[in-house]
This record gives sequence, structure tokens and C-alpha cells, in this order.
Amino acid sequence: MSSPPPALPPDQPDCDVAIVGGGTAALCAALAARRKGASVMLLDQAPPDQRGGNTRHSRNLRIMHGAPSPLFPGSYDEADFAADLTKAAEGAENEALAQVLIRQSATIPGWLAAEGVVFQTIACGGLPWSRKTAFFLGGGKAMINTLYATATRLGIAIHHHSHVTGLTPDGLVTMCDEADKARTIRAKAVVVASGGYQANPVWLAEQWGDDAAALVVRGTPFAAGEPLRALFDLGAARVGTPGACHLVAVDGRLTEADGGIVTRVDGLAQGIAIDRDGRRFEDETAITGPTRYAQWGRRVAALPGAIAHAVWDEDGIERTPPAILEPIRADSLEALAELLDMPLATLAVTAADSGRVSRAPFFTVPIRPGITFTCYGVKIDDHARVLTDDGQPLGCLYAAGMIMAPNVIGTGYLAGAALTIGAVFGRIAGEEAADHALG
Amino acid sequence: MRLDDPHEEARRVLRLCNVCNYCNGYCEMFRAAERHRTFSDGELATLAHLCHNCRNCWQACQYAPPHPYAVNVPLVLAELRLLSQAELAWPRPLPHLGLLTLGVTLLPVLLVLLLVPGEVLFAAHTGPGAFYRVVPWGVMSLAAAIPLGWSVLALAVGVARFWRAGGGGSGAEMRAAAPEAIRDAVTLRNLDGGGAGCDEGYGSLSFQRKRFHHLVFAGFLLCLASTSVATIYHHLLGLEAPYPYLSLPVILGSLGGLGMIAGSLGLLGLKRGANPATSAPAAQESGRLLLIQLVAMAVSGLVLLALRDGPAMGILLALHLGTVLGFFVALPHGKFAHAPYRAAALLRAALERRKDER
Repeated sequence: MSSPPPALPPDQPDCDVAIVGGGTAALCAALAARRKGASVMLLDQAPPDQRGGNTRHSRNLRIMHGAPSPLFPGSYDEADFAADLTKAAEGAENEALAQVLIRQSATIPGWLAAEGVVFQTIACGGLPWSRKTAFFLGGGKAMINTLYATATRLGIAIHHHSHVTGLTPDGLVTMCDEADKARTIRAKAVVVASGGYQANPVWLAEQWGDDAAALVVRGTPFAAGEPLRALFDLGAARVGTPGACHLVAVDGRLTEADGGIVTRVDGLAQGIAIDRDGRRFEDETAITGPTRYAQWGRRVAALPGAIAHAVWDEDGIERTPPAILEPIRADSLEALAELLDMPLATLAVTAADSGRVSRAPFFTVPIRPGITFTCYGVKIDDHARVLTDDGQPLGCLYAAGMIMAPNVIGTGYLAGAALTIGAVFGRIAGEEAADHALG
Repeated sequence: MRLDDPHEEARRVLRLCNVCNYCNGYCEMFRAAERHRTFSDGELATLAHLCHNCRNCWQACQYAPPHPYAVNVPLVLAELRLLSQAELAWPRPLPHLGLLTLGVTLLPVLLVLLLVPGEVLFAAHTGPGAFYRVVPWGVMSLAAAIPLGWSVLALAVGVARFWRAGGGGSGAEMRAAAPEAIRDAVTLRNLDGGGAGCDEGYGSLSFQRKRFHHLVFAGFLLCLASTSVATIYHHLLGLEAPYPYLSLPVILGSLGGLGMIAGSLGLLGLKRGANPATSAPAAQESGRLLLIQLVAMAVSGLVLLALRDGPAMGILLALHLGTVLGFFVALPHGKFAHAPYRAAALLRAALERRKDER
């Protein structure tokens, strides 16, 4: 015969610090809080094999550093980093927080290495030349695996399948568990590190309308943004722009979530890009450099139906970089017009005018805008406390990662910055939340 | 999304790997794959043998199952290693290698029981030439030389075909690339997971596999050295086995045997803990067979050493001889073949690296 469990006092907390999320910011917050002596619960919506948020698809961190090292050639000083950040944020960044980000970035490789993370050295070979970013050996998922292993070893309670739907300023976290059972976690402080709402087409439709459904989710399918919505509902001040997001041109045949970086469409400068009516809409050769994927993503999203088609001829296709799927082949312009359901006359004029698409057979790939993250979140102070519109901390709630990234990068994008924001503000939020909880 | 044909599956997967590139810090396989836009069967075989099966790329893969892209590099390359060795082999691989090996191993015991009179077989023999009073030197040498010669020839043909299928190369190129290739083979540079250690099953990293492999390899070389020194003793110095406990052949052979036993048992233990998701069953089996053979050779040799002055020497000698013959017979079609194939793949990689630098 089992005795009934002893009744807990009604205000007995389940942990000192609850972390909402499962990516870089969440793990860094969890580890930092645990290292301060707090008991920590990490609530991640994903199942174990999809843990890690968008970090699974990432590879590098943007780091300030003064001299060449095994991880970087050259140097990248504070002014360099600040200039890049201001340019990306178009001046929308909070300067004090940007300075925190930049200065603390310098300590992140060492801090992560102490938690077991291994970086890929230049000597190892295979890396692109990068003065500004450090690469994880094996990429983001390897880093995530290491941090989860460390977190487990340190006694952090990790709960996957934990779908957080509600928050209160005094540390109550409402969630559904694996069996879809509602549960409330009581914590002395809560770090919300659940990212944006890029996987929530209903919310995106508020600005995007019907086109929201055409956006391919490039990363985790669990970024529906409920914790962000909960913070807004509690009166958190907003930063960034509703509906603003990072978009990338992806292969329209690969529409499942979690495609990561291999679904990007490249090589458009070797061919042409046409809209659904068969007309070009850009000078393809003018869109170059590492931001070309994002430039194309934005342009395709603005087209009717949010779709475009890349077309190459036999010479052009030879010069495109390799992709994971073969392009679709059409043996003649007539066959291509039929395949793409376009008027042959328009297509023929487009092809002839371009000067780049002349020799059959032709090859085509549908292009869709892929959404990486949204640029709309909550305002924080330099303790990573969530602020209300009147500038007051919102109870015991802290925020880190993409949910607060617009504080430092506006609606812009800078390679490797998202992970640095997650690590720097995750660590701050974890330490501050632990201090708050342990009083 | 996984394809049934290992060649097509490897093409699909490596094509994806080349777009992603995140794993290229782990090993030479990924850096070598990046040199290709398309992959011939021979190039795939070379890449497959560059993989040392450290499995870090499996743990790190953002596209590993249950992701629909179902990328599993270690598994498809393990399958391809076996397949390519079978396809390139001359003569065709023998079926039931394990049973055949067992039969060959036990054959000398059966033969001495049948052919050597009991009073000779079970007598205590001591002094120079003691072994040869049970199995005459000429018989022993011939029994070893025939299967060894055949196997080395078969292995050489397979590796030569492998080299040509991977793209061939001039003698000068090969000589220039050889020092780097030898360094990579001896140090197992590609079995340290890019410096972090290798996955031992479920995400924990260590250098155990590399260290156990070093033990096996060093032990094997010491045994080879022991045999070579003994050959010199026999032919040049006129000294006949058995040799004293403190002689060079016995010391080298004993140390080598202990190394092979420790390393092989360590590797067998790691195999038990291996994640089945990344293991091709046939590859596991052939690996296990070789390790068991190495242990059997070493243990039977050491027991023979310990009991050589007693009446059990004859049977123990036949058994040790049997384990050696079994090893020779399995040589070209078993796991041992990975050594020359991998060395050739490392030579190819070193050669290509040198071309890149020019």
C-alpha cells in the first residue's frame, strides 16, 4: 500500500532557476546559473534528438580578439566589431548592450572550452579564412551535444518535450509535458531563451498575410514563440519589428523544417531568376558575396506567390556550385515553359534578353524564401532582465538569445553574431537569475 | 531517403556533406571528398577507406536520422569498404571465412595427431631443434609459406586495382607523398576525431580506440620482428629454435604477443559498446574475427613458450601453427586487408593534398 505523497507547502519552488529553451542561450544560462550554485531546470520543447534549437544548424561565433591565435588569423578589435554591428543593425542597436556583447565575446571561446566545447583550429584544415568568427569542431550540434553532456553531469534537470505556454512575473511556468499533461513549474527566477516565432505561420500572417504559409522554416520547427507572446502579454517592452525576419533563398522542393544550410540555392549569377510569369526581376550578376542568399530570399519573398525559378543553360549549370538535389532538366525551351506553366513567348524573350540562357538543355530549380529567425523580441537591461514599457524589471524574468537579439542587432544579420548573443547574454542571464534566486 | 545501393547512397550523402562541410575538421575523408563534384566507384572506395570509423561525424550531424535526409556517413562508408574490397578482390572472396579459418586453425592439430607417433608427439623435447622433432622444419616452412605467399599475392592484386580505380599515380608522385602517408598511417592521425577524441558509442569521446589500435599494431610489428630475427638466427647464425627466454626472438615475440592481446581485447570491448546505428554488421563481424585470431595467435604462442619443455609442446606447437595459418588464409579477404587499403587511401590523400598546394 502506498502512502500519499507529503503535501508540499504551496510556495515551495521546484528549482531556483527555470530555463525556457534548449539552444545556445538556454544552455549557457543553465550552466552559468548552475555554476553559481543554483538548482536548474531546463525546459525544452523539442524531443532529445531535435534538441538544440537553431544552434544545431549553426557553425560559428563572432568573437572580438586582439591577435592571431590557433582559432583566428589576424585580429578583430572592438571598433571593427562595433562598426559591423552598427551597419547590420542600421543604428537600431542599444549601444550599452552592444558594448557588453562585443567585450564579453572575447571571453566566450575560453568559457565554452572550459565546459568541454572543442573549436576547429586553422591548423586542422578545411576552414574558410575567417578573421571574425571561431568555428565549432563538427558544427553547432557537436557543441550542443557537449553542453548537454556537461549540463547533465552538473546535475541540471533537463526536460525535453516541455512545451511552455505561460509565464508569470513571480516565476510560475505553465507547460505541457510529453503526455500533453499540463504542469506548472515554480521557480525563483526564469530565463526565457526560446528564440523567435519563425515556425508560427499564424503569427507571421499578421504581417505576411497568405505568404506566411510560403515561408520555409529553415531551422527548428518548435520556434512557435509562445513564451515570447507570454512575455508580451505580461507587458514586456518590445524591440525589433513585428514580421521582420531573416530570409534566405532555398530550394522550393525542400520545404520541410530543419533543412539548415544545405537547402540554399546558389549559382544564380550563372543563370537567371524569373518570377512565376516568366520575367526576370533583378540583375543576377549584381547579387554577390556572402549575403547573396539573403538578398535573394528577400526578393523572392516580395514576388507574387513568394516563388521564383532559377534557370540555367548547359554552360551555366556547369559553373554552379554543387547542391544536394540535381536541378530539374528540360530539353527545350518549350519543355521548360510547360514544366513551369509559363507562356513560352515570355520565357523565350526573357531567355534571349538575358544573354546567359541560350543553349539547351535547360535546368531549373524552384526558389522559395526560407525563414531563419524573426527580429522581434523583448527589451532587456544589462542584467538581462526583461523590462516593461516604463523601464522596470518584469518580476524575476530574464531573457537571452534570439528573443532579445533585436536589442543589439535590430532587424539585421551578421554571420556568427546570433550564437555570440546567445552565449554572452545566456551567461549573463544565468548568473543574474542565480543571484536573484539565491538572494 | 536512404538508398539501397551503397554506392548511390554514398553519392547522395557525400554530395550533401560537400554542401554542408561542417565535419571537415574531423578527418581527411571530408577534406578529400570536397575535391570531388562527382564520385566514381573507385573514388568512393578511396574515400571509404579514408574513414577510420571514429563516428564523430555521426554525433555531430544535423541531418542524422530521424532527420528526413537520414545522413549516416560512418555506416555507408563501412558498407562501402566491405563492398569495394569484395569487388576488387582477386580471387573472389571466400564464403564463410570464419568457418574456413577455424578449420585451417585446427587442421595441424588433427594432422599431428594422425601422422606423428604418440611417443614422439607427447614426449618432452628440449634443446635446439626441439620443435622440428614434432613438425619437421621443411614441412613447417612450406605449410606457412604457401598460404602466406598466396594471400600476399591476392592482397597485392586487390590493392593495385584499388589504387588504379582511385586514379592511379606516377612513381615520383607516390614517393613524394609517401612520408606524409606513412606518418598518417602510423600515427592514426584520422582516428582522433579532429583532436577531440572519438565517439565511443553514445557521444562520449576518448582516445581509447586509437591507443588500443596502437597496441595491436605495435604488438604485430614486434611479432614480425621476432620472426625476422629468428629467421636470421636460423639461416645466418645456425641457431635453431627454441631460443632461450632471454633471447631477442623470445623477448620481441612475448612483448608483441602481450601487446596484441591487450589491444585486441580492448578493441573487442569497445565494439561491444558501439552504437549499432553506425555499425555495418558484416564489418563488425570481420573485425571481431581478426581480433580473435590475433588473440588466439598470441595466447597460443605464449602458452607454447611457457610449456615448451613439457609433453604438451607438440599439440601446442600444432595449435599455434594452426592459428598462424588461419591468419594467413584470412589475410586478403578479412579485416586485415583494411591496413594496406587504408595505407593506399592515405597515400592518395597525401598526393592530392600536395597537388592542392601547388
